[in-house]
Amino acid sequence: MSLTQQDVARIAKLARIAVTEQEIDAIGQQLNDIFGLIEKMQAVNTDNVEPMAHPQDVALRLRADAVTEQDRRDAFMALAPQTEAGLFLVPKVIE
Amino acid sequence: MKWEVVIGLEVHTQLSTVSKIFSGASTAFGAAPNTQACNIDLAYPGVLPVLNEAAVDKAIRLGLALGSKINQKNVFARKNYFYPDLPKGYQISQMDLPVVEGGQIAIQLGDEEKVIRLTRAHLEEDAGKSLHEDFHGLSGIDLNRAGTPLLEIVSEPDMRSVEEAVAYARALYTLVTWLGICDGNMQEGSFRMDVNVSVRPQGQEAFGTRREIKNLNSFRFLEQAAKYEIQWQIDQLEDGGKIQQATVLFDPDTGETRMMRSKEDAHDYRYFPDPDLLPVRIGDEWIARVKGEMPELPEQMKARFAEQYGLSAYDAALLTASLAQARYFEAAAGDCGQGKLVANWINGEIAARLNRDGGDIAACPIGPQRLAGLVMRIADATLSSKLAKQVFDAMWDCDLSADAIIERDGLKQVSDVGAIEKMVEDAIAANPKAVEEFRAGKEKALNALAGQVMKASKGKANPAQVLEILKNKLTA
Repeated sequence: MSLTQQDVARIAKLARIAVTEQEIDAIGQQLNDIFGLIEKMQAVNTDNVEPMAHPQDVALRLRADAVTEQDRRDAFMALAPQTEAGLFLVPKVIE
Repeated sequence: MKWEVVIGLEVHTQLSTVSKIFSGASTAFGAAPNTQACNIDLAYPGVLPVLNEAAVDKAIRLGLALGSKINQKNVFARKNYFYPDLPKGYQISQMDLPVVEGGQIAIQLGDEEKVIRLTRAHLEEDAGKSLHEDFHGLSGIDLNRAGTPLLEIVSEPDMRSVEEAVAYARALYTLVTWLGICDGNMQEGSFRMDVNVSVRPQGQEAFGTRREIKNLNSFRFLEQAAKYEIQWQIDQLEDGGKIQQATVLFDPDTGETRMMRSKEDAHDYRYFPDPDLLPVRIGDEWIARVKGEMPELPEQMKARFAEQYGLSAYDAALLTASLAQARYFEAAAGDCGQGKLVANWINGEIAARLNRDGGDIAACPIGPQRLAGLVMRIADATLSSKLAKQVFDAMWDCDLSADAIIERDGLKQVSDVGAIEKMVEDAIAANPKAVEEFRAGKEKALNALAGQVMKASKGKANPAQVLEILKNKLTA
Protein backbone atom coordinates (compact mmCIF):
# COMPACT_ATOMS: atom_id res chain seq x y z
CA MET A 1 0.00 0.00 0.00
CA SER A 2 1.25 3.44 -0.87
CA LEU A 3 0.10 6.68 0.73
CA THR A 4 -0.74 9.69 -1.40
CA GLN A 5 0.08 13.26 -0.39
CA GLN A 6 -3.58 13.65 0.49
CA ASP A 7 -3.46 10.64 2.83
CA VAL A 8 -0.46 12.13 4.60
CA ALA A 9 -2.18 15.50 4.97
CA ARG A 10 -5.27 13.80 6.41
CA ILE A 11 -3.31 11.73 8.92
CA ALA A 12 -1.43 14.84 10.01
CA LYS A 13 -4.70 16.72 10.44
CA LEU A 14 -6.24 13.92 12.54
CA ALA A 15 -3.16 13.92 14.77
CA ARG A 16 -3.14 17.74 14.92
CA ILE A 17 0.45 17.83 13.65
CA ALA A 18 1.42 20.74 11.42
CA VAL A 19 3.14 19.38 8.32
CA THR A 20 4.45 21.77 5.66
CA GLU A 21 4.23 21.13 1.91
CA GLN A 22 7.95 20.47 1.87
CA GLU A 23 7.72 17.83 4.60
CA ILE A 24 4.86 15.85 3.10
CA ASP A 25 6.91 13.73 0.72
CA ALA A 26 9.53 12.80 3.31
CA ILE A 27 6.88 11.90 5.91
CA GLY A 28 4.94 9.97 3.29
CA GLN A 29 8.06 7.96 2.56
CA GLN A 30 8.58 7.19 6.27
CA LEU A 31 4.98 6.11 6.70
CA ASN A 32 5.19 3.93 3.59
CA ASP A 33 8.28 2.25 5.03
CA ILE A 34 6.24 1.44 8.15
CA PHE A 35 3.47 0.03 5.98
CA GLY A 36 6.08 -2.11 4.26
CA LEU A 37 7.07 -3.52 7.62
CA ILE A 38 3.42 -4.21 8.47
CA GLU A 39 2.97 -5.98 5.14
CA LYS A 40 5.90 -8.26 5.98
CA MET A 41 4.31 -9.11 9.33
CA GLN A 42 0.93 -9.69 7.75
CA ALA A 43 2.48 -12.28 5.44
CA VAL A 44 3.19 -14.51 8.46
CA ASN A 45 0.65 -17.28 8.93
CA THR A 46 -1.25 -16.59 12.16
CA ASP A 47 -4.03 -19.18 11.83
CA ASN A 48 -4.84 -20.62 15.26
CA VAL A 49 -3.03 -17.79 17.02
CA GLU A 50 -5.19 -15.76 19.37
CA PRO A 51 -4.70 -12.02 18.84
CA MET A 52 -2.83 -10.41 21.74
CA ALA A 53 -3.88 -7.11 23.26
CA HIS A 54 -0.68 -6.96 25.28
CA PRO A 55 2.71 -8.67 24.91
CA GLN A 56 2.59 -10.09 28.43
CA ASP A 57 0.07 -12.73 29.40
CA VAL A 58 -1.01 -11.12 32.65
CA ALA A 59 -4.36 -9.78 33.80
CA LEU A 60 -5.20 -6.20 34.73
CA ARG A 61 -4.94 -5.24 38.38
CA LEU A 62 -8.11 -3.64 39.72
CA ARG A 63 -8.81 -1.18 42.52
CA ALA A 64 -11.67 -1.13 45.00
CA ASP A 65 -14.34 1.54 44.44
CA ALA A 66 -13.29 4.19 46.96
CA VAL A 67 -12.59 7.93 46.81
CA THR A 68 -8.89 8.38 47.48
CA GLU A 69 -8.22 11.74 45.79
CA GLN A 70 -8.52 15.13 47.48
CA ASP A 71 -9.41 18.42 45.86
CA ARG A 72 -6.18 19.92 44.48
CA ARG A 73 -7.76 22.39 42.12
CA ASP A 74 -5.68 25.36 43.22
CA ALA A 75 -2.43 23.50 42.55
CA PHE A 76 -3.60 22.35 39.12
CA MET A 77 -4.99 25.77 38.20
CA ALA A 78 -1.68 27.42 39.08
CA LEU A 79 -0.16 25.57 36.11
CA ALA A 80 -2.86 26.52 33.60
CA PRO A 81 -2.40 29.49 31.26
CA GLN A 82 -5.86 30.93 31.94
CA THR A 83 -8.59 30.16 34.47
CA GLU A 84 -11.76 31.77 35.74
CA ALA A 85 -14.44 30.77 38.26
CA GLY A 86 -12.76 27.41 38.82
CA LEU A 87 -12.75 26.64 35.09
CA PHE A 88 -9.84 26.11 32.72
CA LEU A 89 -10.20 28.56 29.82
CA VAL A 90 -9.46 27.42 26.28
CA PRO A 91 -9.94 28.87 22.79
CA LYS A 92 -13.60 28.59 21.86
CA VAL A 93 -14.50 25.35 20.12
CA ILE A 94 -18.08 24.71 19.14
CA GLU A 95 -18.98 21.71 17.11
CA MET B 1 -45.40 4.86 -0.90
CA LYS B 2 -45.53 3.01 2.42
CA TRP B 3 -42.39 3.48 4.47
CA GLU B 4 -40.98 1.25 7.16
CA VAL B 5 -39.04 2.77 10.03
CA VAL B 6 -35.86 1.16 11.38
CA ILE B 7 -34.47 2.31 14.72
CA GLY B 8 -31.51 1.27 16.86
CA LEU B 9 -30.38 2.84 20.13
CA GLU B 10 -27.07 3.48 21.86
CA VAL B 11 -27.57 4.33 25.51
CA HIS B 12 -24.87 5.76 27.75
CA THR B 13 -25.66 4.74 31.31
CA GLN B 14 -23.61 6.33 34.03
CA LEU B 15 -22.61 3.61 36.46
CA SER B 16 -23.33 4.39 40.10
CA THR B 17 -19.83 4.04 41.52
CA VAL B 18 -18.50 6.46 44.14
CA SER B 19 -15.17 6.92 42.37
CA LYS B 20 -14.16 7.22 38.72
CA ILE B 21 -13.47 4.36 36.37
CA PHE B 22 -9.67 4.87 36.28
CA SER B 23 -8.97 7.17 39.24
CA GLY B 24 -9.87 7.64 42.90
CA ALA B 25 -11.61 11.00 42.33
CA SER B 26 -15.23 11.32 43.44
CA THR B 27 -18.10 11.04 40.96
CA ALA B 28 -20.62 12.96 43.13
CA PHE B 29 -22.81 15.28 41.08
CA GLY B 30 -22.92 19.04 41.56
CA ALA B 31 -19.50 19.78 43.10
CA ALA B 32 -17.73 23.08 42.38
CA PRO B 33 -15.98 22.87 38.98
CA ASN B 34 -12.71 20.94 38.81
CA THR B 35 -12.69 20.02 42.50
CA GLN B 36 -13.19 16.34 41.61
CA ALA B 37 -10.63 16.11 38.83
CA CYS B 38 -7.31 14.55 39.83
CA ASN B 39 -4.08 14.28 37.86
CA ILE B 40 -5.28 11.12 36.07
CA ASP B 41 -8.50 12.85 34.94
CA LEU B 42 -6.45 15.86 33.87
CA ALA B 43 -4.04 13.64 31.88
CA TYR B 44 -0.87 14.70 33.60
CA PRO B 45 2.26 13.12 32.12
CA GLY B 46 3.32 9.88 33.76
CA VAL B 47 0.00 8.97 35.38
CA LEU B 48 -1.50 5.53 34.87
CA PRO B 49 -5.15 4.46 34.88
CA VAL B 50 -6.21 1.75 37.37
CA LEU B 51 -9.57 0.11 36.66
CA ASN B 52 -12.38 0.35 39.21
CA GLU B 53 -13.58 -3.16 40.06
CA ALA B 54 -17.14 -1.99 40.79
CA ALA B 55 -17.57 -0.72 37.23
CA VAL B 56 -16.78 -4.20 35.87
CA ASP B 57 -19.06 -5.73 38.49
CA LYS B 58 -21.99 -3.60 37.31
CA ALA B 59 -21.33 -4.43 33.66
CA ILE B 60 -21.38 -8.16 34.49
CA ARG B 61 -24.64 -7.61 36.34
CA LEU B 62 -26.29 -6.12 33.25
CA GLY B 63 -24.87 -8.86 31.03
CA LEU B 64 -26.31 -11.58 33.26
CA ALA B 65 -29.71 -9.85 33.37
CA LEU B 66 -29.83 -9.63 29.56
CA GLY B 67 -28.67 -13.20 29.02
CA SER B 68 -25.59 -11.89 27.24
CA LYS B 69 -22.19 -13.44 26.81
CA ILE B 70 -19.72 -12.07 29.35
CA ASN B 71 -16.34 -11.80 27.65
CA GLN B 72 -14.07 -13.28 30.28
CA LYS B 73 -11.20 -11.57 28.55
CA ASN B 74 -12.00 -8.04 27.45
CA VAL B 75 -9.78 -5.23 26.28
CA PHE B 76 -9.66 -1.45 26.63
CA ALA B 77 -8.83 0.61 23.56
CA ARG B 78 -8.03 4.22 22.84
CA LYS B 79 -10.57 6.18 20.82
CA ASN B 80 -8.62 9.14 19.48
CA TYR B 81 -10.08 12.59 18.95
CA PHE B 82 -9.27 16.12 20.01
CA TYR B 83 -11.62 18.19 22.10
CA PRO B 84 -10.82 20.45 25.05
CA ASP B 85 -12.95 18.48 27.51
CA LEU B 86 -10.93 15.34 26.72
CA PRO B 87 -7.48 16.20 28.05
CA LYS B 88 -5.69 13.00 27.00
CA GLY B 89 -6.66 13.39 23.34
CA TYR B 90 -8.30 9.96 23.52
CA GLN B 91 -11.14 8.34 25.38
CA ILE B 92 -10.51 4.97 26.98
CA SER B 93 -13.24 2.69 25.65
CA GLN B 94 -13.67 -0.85 24.38
CA MET B 95 -13.70 -1.85 20.71
CA ASP B 96 -13.03 -5.44 19.62
CA LEU B 97 -13.61 -7.20 22.91
CA PRO B 98 -16.31 -5.45 24.97
CA VAL B 99 -17.22 -6.78 28.41
CA VAL B 100 -20.77 -7.74 27.35
CA GLU B 101 -21.85 -9.19 23.99
CA GLY B 102 -25.33 -10.11 22.72
CA GLY B 103 -28.38 -10.63 24.89
CA GLN B 104 -31.96 -9.47 24.63
CA ILE B 105 -34.72 -7.61 26.40
CA ALA B 106 -38.51 -7.95 26.12
CA ILE B 107 -40.66 -4.88 25.59
CA GLN B 108 -44.41 -4.64 26.16
CA LEU B 109 -46.56 -2.99 23.48
CA GLY B 110 -50.10 -3.06 24.77
CA ASP B 111 -50.90 -6.76 25.05
CA GLU B 112 -48.06 -7.81 22.79
CA GLU B 113 -44.50 -8.59 23.74
CA LYS B 114 -41.55 -8.08 21.43
CA VAL B 115 -37.92 -9.06 21.93
CA ILE B 116 -35.18 -6.54 21.12
CA ARG B 117 -31.68 -7.94 20.62
CA LEU B 118 -28.62 -6.27 22.12
CA THR B 119 -25.41 -6.00 20.16
CA ARG B 120 -23.02 -5.24 22.99
CA ALA B 121 -22.32 -3.19 26.10
CA HIS B 122 -18.89 -1.75 26.70
CA LEU B 123 -17.17 0.18 29.47
CA GLU B 124 -15.72 3.63 28.84
CA GLU B 125 -14.93 6.91 30.54
CA ASP B 126 -17.05 10.05 30.23
CA ALA B 127 -15.57 13.36 29.03
CA GLY B 128 -15.64 16.70 30.88
CA LYS B 129 -18.00 19.58 30.20
CA SER B 130 -17.44 22.62 28.02
CA LEU B 131 -19.17 25.87 28.91
CA HIS B 132 -19.35 28.16 25.93
CA GLU B 133 -21.07 31.18 27.41
CA ASP B 134 -19.44 34.40 28.30
CA PHE B 135 -15.76 33.89 29.03
CA HIS B 136 -14.48 36.77 26.88
CA GLY B 137 -14.71 34.67 23.72
CA LEU B 138 -13.09 31.67 25.42
CA SER B 139 -14.67 28.39 26.57
CA GLY B 140 -14.63 27.21 30.19
CA ILE B 141 -13.74 23.59 30.92
CA ASP B 142 -14.98 21.62 33.94
CA LEU B 143 -13.38 18.19 34.23
CA ASN B 144 -15.35 16.87 37.21
CA ARG B 145 -17.25 14.51 34.91
CA ALA B 146 -14.10 13.37 33.07
CA GLY B 147 -13.47 9.73 33.94
CA THR B 148 -16.95 8.96 35.22
CA PRO B 149 -17.71 5.32 34.34
CA LEU B 150 -20.15 4.74 31.49
CA LEU B 151 -21.64 1.56 30.13
CA GLU B 152 -22.64 2.10 26.52
CA ILE B 153 -25.44 -0.30 25.65
CA VAL B 154 -25.97 -0.83 21.92
CA SER B 155 -29.10 -2.43 20.47
CA GLU B 156 -29.58 -4.12 17.13
CA PRO B 157 -31.71 -2.12 14.63
CA ASP B 158 -34.75 -4.14 15.75
CA MET B 159 -37.27 -1.39 16.41
CA ARG B 160 -39.87 -0.61 13.75
CA SER B 161 -41.66 2.40 15.27
CA VAL B 162 -41.10 5.30 17.65
CA GLU B 163 -43.37 3.54 20.17
CA GLU B 164 -41.06 0.52 20.14
CA ALA B 165 -37.99 2.71 20.56
CA VAL B 166 -39.51 4.45 23.57
CA ALA B 167 -40.69 1.13 25.05
CA TYR B 168 -37.18 -0.28 24.62
CA ALA B 169 -35.55 2.77 26.22
CA ARG B 170 -37.97 2.57 29.14
CA ALA B 171 -37.44 -1.18 29.60
CA LEU B 172 -33.68 -0.67 29.63
CA TYR B 173 -34.06 2.22 32.08
CA THR B 174 -36.18 0.05 34.38
CA LEU B 175 -33.57 -2.70 34.21
CA VAL B 176 -30.45 -0.60 34.94
CA THR B 177 -32.11 1.16 37.86
CA TRP B 178 -33.62 -2.13 39.09
CA LEU B 179 -30.18 -3.74 39.04
CA GLY B 180 -28.78 -0.78 40.98
CA ILE B 181 -26.06 -0.13 38.40
CA CYS B 182 -27.32 3.37 37.45
CA ASP B 183 -29.08 5.98 39.59
CA GLY B 184 -31.39 6.82 36.67
CA ASN B 185 -31.19 10.57 37.20
CA MET B 186 -31.89 11.75 33.68
CA GLN B 187 -31.64 15.48 34.46
CA GLU B 188 -28.07 14.87 35.61
CA GLY B 189 -27.29 12.92 32.44
CA SER B 190 -27.14 9.45 33.99
CA PHE B 191 -29.06 7.93 31.05
CA ARG B 192 -28.31 9.49 27.64
CA MET B 193 -29.63 8.13 24.38
CA ASP B 194 -28.32 8.27 20.80
CA VAL B 195 -30.88 7.07 18.29
CA ASN B 196 -30.14 5.77 14.79
CA VAL B 197 -33.05 6.29 12.42
CA SER B 198 -33.60 5.21 8.83
CA VAL B 199 -36.59 4.50 6.61
CA ARG B 200 -37.05 2.08 3.71
CA PRO B 201 -39.92 1.27 1.35
CA GLN B 202 -42.22 -1.33 2.91
CA GLY B 203 -41.01 -4.76 1.83
CA GLN B 204 -37.47 -3.72 0.96
CA GLU B 205 -34.79 -5.88 2.53
CA ALA B 206 -31.82 -3.49 2.58
CA PHE B 207 -31.69 -0.79 5.26
CA GLY B 208 -31.98 2.85 4.23
CA THR B 209 -29.20 5.33 5.01
CA ARG B 210 -29.33 6.26 8.67
CA ARG B 211 -28.89 9.49 10.56
CA GLU B 212 -27.95 9.46 14.23
CA ILE B 213 -29.63 11.83 16.70
CA LYS B 214 -27.20 12.45 19.54
CA ASN B 215 -27.56 12.91 23.25
CA LEU B 216 -31.26 12.77 24.16
CA ASN B 217 -31.83 12.87 27.90
CA SER B 218 -35.58 12.28 28.19
CA PHE B 219 -38.08 9.81 26.77
CA ARG B 220 -40.22 12.71 25.59
CA PHE B 221 -37.32 14.19 23.60
CA LEU B 222 -36.56 10.72 22.21
CA GLU B 223 -40.14 10.49 20.97
CA GLN B 224 -40.26 14.02 19.54
CA ALA B 225 -36.85 13.81 17.89
CA ALA B 226 -37.43 10.40 16.29
CA LYS B 227 -40.88 11.43 15.00
CA TYR B 228 -39.52 14.63 13.48
CA GLU B 229 -36.53 12.84 11.96
CA ILE B 230 -38.66 10.09 10.39
CA GLN B 231 -40.98 12.63 8.77
CA TRP B 232 -37.99 14.66 7.57
CA GLN B 233 -36.41 11.61 5.93
CA ILE B 234 -39.68 10.54 4.28
CA ASP B 235 -40.20 14.08 2.95
CA GLN B 236 -36.68 14.12 1.51
CA LEU B 237 -37.12 10.77 -0.21
CA GLU B 238 -40.59 11.55 -1.55
CA ASP B 239 -39.25 14.79 -2.99
CA GLY B 240 -36.73 12.70 -4.90
CA GLY B 241 -33.85 13.51 -2.57
CA LYS B 242 -31.34 11.18 -0.95
CA ILE B 243 -30.42 10.75 2.71
CA GLN B 244 -26.76 11.41 3.52
CA GLN B 245 -25.36 9.61 6.53
CA ALA B 246 -24.98 12.23 9.26
CA THR B 247 -25.00 13.01 12.94
CA VAL B 248 -27.75 15.41 14.02
CA LEU B 249 -28.76 17.25 17.16
CA PHE B 250 -32.29 17.69 18.49
CA ASP B 251 -33.38 21.17 19.53
CA PRO B 252 -36.12 20.86 22.19
CA ASP B 253 -37.15 24.49 21.65
CA THR B 254 -38.01 24.08 17.96
CA GLY B 255 -38.73 20.32 18.08
CA GLU B 256 -36.44 19.90 15.05
CA THR B 257 -33.25 18.01 14.33
CA ARG B 258 -30.33 19.73 12.64
CA MET B 259 -27.09 18.54 11.12
CA MET B 260 -24.07 18.39 13.40
CA ARG B 261 -21.65 16.74 11.00
CA SER B 262 -21.88 14.82 7.76
CA LYS B 263 -20.14 11.56 6.97
CA GLU B 264 -17.37 13.38 5.09
CA ASP B 265 -16.08 15.03 8.23
CA ALA B 266 -17.05 12.14 10.49
CA HIS B 267 -14.41 11.27 13.02
CA ASP B 268 -11.76 8.73 12.26
CA TYR B 269 -11.11 7.48 15.76
CA ARG B 270 -8.09 5.24 14.99
CA TYR B 271 -8.84 2.76 17.79
CA PHE B 272 -6.01 0.66 19.14
CA PRO B 273 -5.53 -1.38 22.36
CA ASP B 274 -4.53 0.90 25.24
CA PRO B 275 -0.96 -0.05 26.18
CA ASP B 276 -1.55 1.37 29.70
CA LEU B 277 -4.15 -1.28 30.46
CA LEU B 278 -3.77 -5.05 30.39
CA PRO B 279 -6.67 -7.26 29.32
CA VAL B 280 -9.38 -7.62 31.98
CA ARG B 281 -9.85 -11.21 33.10
CA ILE B 282 -13.19 -12.19 34.56
CA GLY B 283 -12.93 -15.59 36.24
CA ASP B 284 -15.81 -18.02 36.72
CA GLU B 285 -15.82 -17.27 40.46
CA TRP B 286 -16.35 -13.58 39.77
CA ILE B 287 -19.35 -14.26 37.53
CA ALA B 288 -20.72 -16.73 40.09
CA ARG B 289 -20.41 -14.14 42.84
CA VAL B 290 -22.28 -11.47 40.82
CA LYS B 291 -24.95 -14.05 39.95
CA GLY B 292 -25.39 -14.72 43.66
CA GLU B 293 -25.89 -11.00 44.35
CA MET B 294 -28.48 -10.44 41.61
CA PRO B 295 -31.90 -9.25 42.71
CA GLU B 296 -35.01 -10.95 41.37
CA LEU B 297 -35.44 -9.54 37.85
CA PRO B 298 -38.53 -7.63 36.66
CA GLU B 299 -39.68 -10.45 34.37
CA GLN B 300 -39.34 -13.07 37.12
CA MET B 301 -41.07 -10.88 39.67
CA LYS B 302 -43.90 -10.16 37.25
CA ALA B 303 -44.53 -13.88 36.79
CA ARG B 304 -44.34 -14.51 40.53
CA PHE B 305 -46.78 -11.70 41.35
CA ALA B 306 -49.32 -13.09 38.87
CA GLU B 307 -48.95 -16.56 40.34
CA GLN B 308 -48.66 -15.77 44.05
CA TYR B 309 -51.28 -13.03 44.32
CA GLY B 310 -53.60 -14.09 41.50
CA LEU B 311 -53.02 -10.90 39.48
CA SER B 312 -53.51 -10.35 35.76
CA ALA B 313 -50.37 -10.08 33.62
CA TYR B 314 -51.28 -6.45 33.04
CA ASP B 315 -51.53 -5.63 36.77
CA ALA B 316 -48.30 -7.51 37.48
CA ALA B 317 -46.52 -5.59 34.71
CA LEU B 318 -47.65 -2.24 36.13
CA LEU B 319 -46.49 -3.19 39.61
CA THR B 320 -43.04 -4.19 38.36
CA ALA B 321 -42.48 -0.99 36.37
CA SER B 322 -39.87 -0.07 38.98
CA LEU B 323 -38.22 -1.83 41.89
CA ALA B 324 -39.57 0.81 44.30
CA GLN B 325 -43.13 0.18 43.11
CA ALA B 326 -42.72 -3.62 43.34
CA ARG B 327 -41.31 -3.33 46.87
CA TYR B 328 -44.17 -1.04 47.89
CA PHE B 329 -46.67 -3.58 46.61
CA GLU B 330 -45.03 -6.51 48.35
CA ALA B 331 -44.80 -4.65 51.64
CA ALA B 332 -48.48 -3.70 51.56
CA ALA B 333 -49.69 -7.08 50.27
CA GLY B 334 -47.57 -8.87 52.88
CA ASP B 335 -49.03 -6.73 55.67
CA CYS B 336 -52.68 -7.37 54.85
CA GLY B 337 -52.63 -10.59 52.83
CA GLN B 338 -54.86 -9.02 50.13
CA GLY B 339 -52.69 -8.87 47.00
CA LYS B 340 -55.49 -8.31 44.51
CA LEU B 341 -57.09 -5.46 46.50
CA VAL B 342 -53.69 -3.82 47.09
CA ALA B 343 -52.88 -4.07 43.36
CA ASN B 344 -56.21 -2.42 42.51
CA TRP B 345 -55.48 0.52 44.80
CA ILE B 346 -51.89 1.00 43.59
CA ASN B 347 -52.75 0.70 39.89
CA GLY B 348 -55.98 2.65 40.28
CA GLU B 349 -56.39 5.46 42.77
CA ILE B 350 -52.72 5.85 43.74
CA ALA B 351 -51.40 5.74 40.14
CA ALA B 352 -54.00 8.29 39.05
CA ARG B 353 -53.06 10.72 41.81
CA LEU B 354 -49.30 10.29 41.37
CA ASN B 355 -49.77 10.76 37.64
CA ARG B 356 -51.71 13.95 38.26
CA ASP B 357 -49.01 15.29 40.60
CA GLY B 358 -46.17 14.06 38.37
CA GLY B 359 -44.49 11.92 41.04
CA ASP B 360 -43.58 8.26 41.38
CA ILE B 361 -44.29 5.79 44.16
CA ALA B 362 -41.54 7.29 46.31
CA ALA B 363 -43.65 10.48 46.44
CA CYS B 364 -46.79 8.65 47.61
CA PRO B 365 -47.87 10.21 50.93
CA ILE B 366 -49.52 6.94 51.96
CA GLY B 367 -46.88 4.34 52.81
CA PRO B 368 -47.40 0.59 52.24
CA GLN B 369 -48.29 -0.03 55.88
CA ARG B 370 -51.06 2.56 55.91
CA LEU B 371 -52.41 1.29 52.61
CA ALA B 372 -52.46 -2.23 54.08
CA GLY B 373 -54.42 -0.86 57.05
CA LEU B 374 -57.04 0.59 54.70
CA VAL B 375 -57.27 -2.56 52.58
CA MET B 376 -57.78 -4.66 55.71
CA ARG B 377 -60.85 -2.61 56.60
CA ILE B 378 -62.26 -3.16 53.12
CA ALA B 379 -61.58 -6.88 53.29
CA ASP B 380 -63.32 -7.29 56.64
CA ALA B 381 -66.33 -5.25 55.44
CA THR B 382 -65.80 -2.40 57.90
CA LEU B 383 -65.68 -0.08 54.87
CA SER B 384 -67.81 -0.11 51.75
CA SER B 385 -65.93 0.89 48.60
CA LYS B 386 -67.51 4.31 48.82
CA LEU B 387 -66.42 4.82 52.42
CA ALA B 388 -62.98 3.42 51.60
CA LYS B 389 -62.54 6.12 48.98
CA GLN B 390 -63.51 8.73 51.59
CA VAL B 391 -60.98 7.33 54.10
CA PHE B 392 -58.33 7.20 51.36
CA ASP B 393 -58.91 10.87 50.51
CA ALA B 394 -58.45 11.79 54.17
CA MET B 395 -55.32 9.63 54.47
CA TRP B 396 -53.72 11.33 51.45
CA ASP B 397 -53.66 14.65 53.30
CA CYS B 398 -52.61 13.51 56.77
CA ASP B 399 -50.58 10.75 58.35
CA LEU B 400 -53.32 9.08 60.40
CA SER B 401 -54.04 5.38 59.96
CA ALA B 402 -57.24 4.19 58.29
CA ASP B 403 -58.53 2.99 61.68
CA ALA B 404 -57.90 6.39 63.27
CA ILE B 405 -59.82 8.16 60.50
CA ILE B 406 -62.71 5.68 60.64
CA GLU B 407 -62.91 6.26 64.41
CA ARG B 408 -62.55 10.05 64.16
CA ASP B 409 -65.13 10.52 61.38
CA GLY B 410 -67.45 7.72 62.46
CA LEU B 411 -67.21 6.05 59.05
CA LYS B 412 -67.67 2.49 60.19
CA GLN B 413 -70.00 0.53 57.92
CA VAL B 414 -73.13 -0.49 59.82
CA SER B 415 -73.49 -4.26 59.73
CA ASP B 416 -75.67 -4.55 62.83
CA VAL B 417 -78.74 -6.51 61.62
CA GLY B 418 -81.08 -4.90 64.14
CA ALA B 419 -80.14 -1.37 63.13
CA ILE B 420 -80.47 -2.12 59.43
CA GLU B 421 -83.80 -3.89 59.92
CA LYS B 422 -85.14 -0.80 61.62
CA MET B 423 -84.07 1.44 58.74
CA VAL B 424 -85.49 -1.00 56.17
CA GLU B 425 -88.86 -1.02 57.94
CA ASP B 426 -88.90 2.77 57.98
CA ALA B 427 -88.14 2.88 54.26
CA ILE B 428 -90.90 0.38 53.46
CA ALA B 429 -93.39 2.36 55.49
CA ALA B 430 -92.42 5.66 53.86
CA ASN B 431 -92.49 4.39 50.24
CA PRO B 432 -95.65 2.37 49.66
CA LYS B 433 -95.57 3.09 45.95
CA ALA B 434 -92.15 1.52 45.46
CA VAL B 435 -93.20 -1.47 47.55
CA GLU B 436 -96.25 -1.97 45.36
CA GLU B 437 -94.18 -1.75 42.19
CA PHE B 438 -91.70 -4.29 43.46
CA ARG B 439 -94.46 -6.69 44.40
CA ALA B 440 -95.90 -6.18 40.90
CA GLY B 441 -92.63 -7.56 39.56
CA LYS B 442 -90.61 -4.40 38.99
CA GLU B 443 -87.15 -5.38 40.27
CA LYS B 444 -85.84 -1.86 39.85
CA ALA B 445 -88.04 -0.60 42.66
CA LEU B 446 -85.88 -2.56 45.07
CA ASN B 447 -82.89 -0.36 44.23
CA ALA B 448 -84.91 2.76 44.96
CA LEU B 449 -85.77 1.39 48.39
CA ALA B 450 -82.19 0.33 49.06
CA GLY B 451 -81.12 3.84 48.08
CA GLN B 452 -83.46 5.25 50.70
CA VAL B 453 -81.94 3.00 53.37
CA MET B 454 -78.38 3.92 52.36
CA LYS B 455 -79.34 7.58 52.53
CA ALA B 456 -80.86 7.13 55.99
CA SER B 457 -77.63 5.43 57.15
CA LYS B 458 -75.53 8.26 55.66
CA GLY B 459 -73.89 5.70 53.36
CA LYS B 460 -72.65 3.58 56.22
CA ALA B 461 -74.99 0.58 55.96
CA ASN B 462 -73.51 -2.53 54.41
CA PRO B 463 -75.18 -2.45 50.96
CA ALA B 464 -75.25 -6.24 50.50
CA GLN B 465 -76.95 -6.66 53.85
CA VAL B 466 -79.49 -3.93 53.09
CA LEU B 467 -80.53 -5.65 49.86
CA GLU B 468 -80.82 -9.03 51.55
CA ILE B 469 -82.97 -7.75 54.44
CA LEU B 470 -85.15 -5.70 52.07
CA LYS B 471 -85.82 -8.73 49.90
CA ASN B 472 -86.63 -10.89 52.90
CA LYS B 473 -89.07 -8.33 54.33
CA LEU B 474 -90.85 -7.69 51.02
CA THR B 475 -91.24 -11.32 50.01
CA ALA B 476 -92.11 -12.58 53.48
